[in-house]
Amino acid sequence: MSSSRDFVRFLLPVVVLAAGIALWELVVRVNDIQPYVLPGPSAVFQTLVADWPVLSESLGVTLLTTLEGFIAAAIGGVALALLFNQSKWLEYSLFPYAVILQVTPVIAIAPLLLIYLQQQTAVIVCAWIVAFFPVLSNTTLGLNSVDRNLAGLFSLYGASRLQTLRYLKLPAALPYILGGLRIAGGLSLIGAVVAEIAAGTAGAGSGLAFRIAESGYRLNIPRMFAALLLLSVAGIVIYGLLALISHLVLRRWHESALRKEN
Amino acid sequence: MAGPALSEADAMAVRLGAVTKVYDNGVAALGPLDLDVRRGEFVSLLGPSGCGKSTALRLIAGLTTPSSGVVGVSRRANETRAGHAIGFVFQEPTLMPWASVQDNVRLPLKLAGMPATEADRRISEALAQVALSEFATAYPRELSGGMKMRVSLARALVTRPDILLMDEPFAALDEITRFRLNNDLLELWRKLNMTVIFVTHSVFESVYLSQRVVVMSSRPGRVSAEFRIDTPEPRVEDFRMSASYAAYCREVSQALVPSYSELTSA
Repeated sequence: MSSSRDFVRFLLPVVVLAAGIALWELVVRVNDIQPYVLPGPSAVFQTLVADWPVLSESLGVTLLTTLEGFIAAAIGGVALALLFNQSKWLEYSLFPYAVILQVTPVIAIAPLLLIYLQQQTAVIVCAWIVAFFPVLSNTTLGLNSVDRNLAGLFSLYGASRLQTLRYLKLPAALPYILGGLRIAGGLSLIGAVVAEIAAGTAGAGSGLAFRIAESGYRLNIPRMFAALLLLSVAGIVIYGLLALISHLVLRRWHESALRKEN
Repeated sequence: MAGPALSEADAMAVRLGAVTKVYDNGVAALGPLDLDVRRGEFVSLLGPSGCGKSTALRLIAGLTTPSSGVVGVSRRANETRAGHAIGFVFQEPTLMPWASVQDNVRLPLKLAGMPATEADRRISEALAQVALSEFATAYPRELSGGMKMRVSLARALVTRPDILLMDEPFAALDEITRFRLNNDLLELWRKLNMTVIFVTHSVFESVYLSQRVVVMSSRPGRVSAEFRIDTPEPRVEDFRMSASYAAYCREVSQALVPSYSELTSA
């Protein structure tokens, strides 16, 4: 019962994808639409294969930026949350600015950053700005969600601040932190892409987003689609990897990772 | 810790003198409350919910401070943190869900920085005491409610405490499990020579377990009656079926009635 249901859940999106691609190809062929207006899926795929050397190099650049931004966001977000948790003064002083940084659209900040920072640094900073906030706010929520009685137990046994943090607060916050990281993974890709596009118009860069902008100017529409496809797949893979890590870490104890009883 | 600690030579394990507790919002939760508990005694605090009996327990444990009065708790002459004199069992098992049974029991020893080999020995001893040795590597979610409570008890016992404080520990369990844990607790108490202060709202549980039942009235919580339960030791299931048990229960229940009528009139 449940396995056949799992199968249907897996099958349906695949069927929809296949149908969509078939319909797309059909529309392009029947109406004889030119590739510089709308390329069919087959044309996109051919471009992907033919341009692989260029595209794969750009993919590598974008992924590296994303990874650097993500790591910076993970470390920065968790570290800030820990500092805020230890000192209320620090939290009151700085938290509003973290919110401001989050609500200001990064696409508007990117050109400014490109003026003051080296391009590669600016791109990473962009990825960091977009991605660190969910890590910060989730970690803060997690650190504040400690069971009251467990906290009482720690104080009964004379636990130091550091012990309470290490053995109680951090493990209790772990599911929240992992949830924040899952969001941050996708967001750092977005941050990297936004910064690349901003930088690309300034005339440099070789990431996937730059390829998209460049292909747009050259009316190389199939390559735009191919690059977009790669970005999309990269996003899915990043999300999947982080979800997998989260599942592996939490599977022994956390509700979210447990199998439902039937 | 408020007040002077009782010396090791003192016959009292716990001494509360005119203790009151007023919360920040102005609610008088407790007192003035006087309570003396002898070493090795098994005392129950019995009363309706919200009568301050849990507050009294938290005061003794040092989890909260009194607004006035003196809290005296006997300490060991050379108390180390690994030999913490007080064990506390909460109403919920209060286990760390991310840690295995043995790591949960290990907590007080780890916080005290005890070497792993000695800690391991103590942990297996404590788990054996609550008959959970086979479940050392299980996770809390894999255990039943009664087993989780046993883990909680083992964690309290692992420091070999002189005083065991229990805050309605079996309230959420089914009758049969509760009876079994009652018997296990009595056996441990006899074997380990501990002082036990047991908070409950069950007349039957308090009479079955304790040498002395302290009935509390509410808002603010005070002692309204005290009963000595004299029955041949060791107590076993037969006591539950005996006429004297029923008589004690009736007597204690009657003493408890005014506490409840105050609540409804309030």
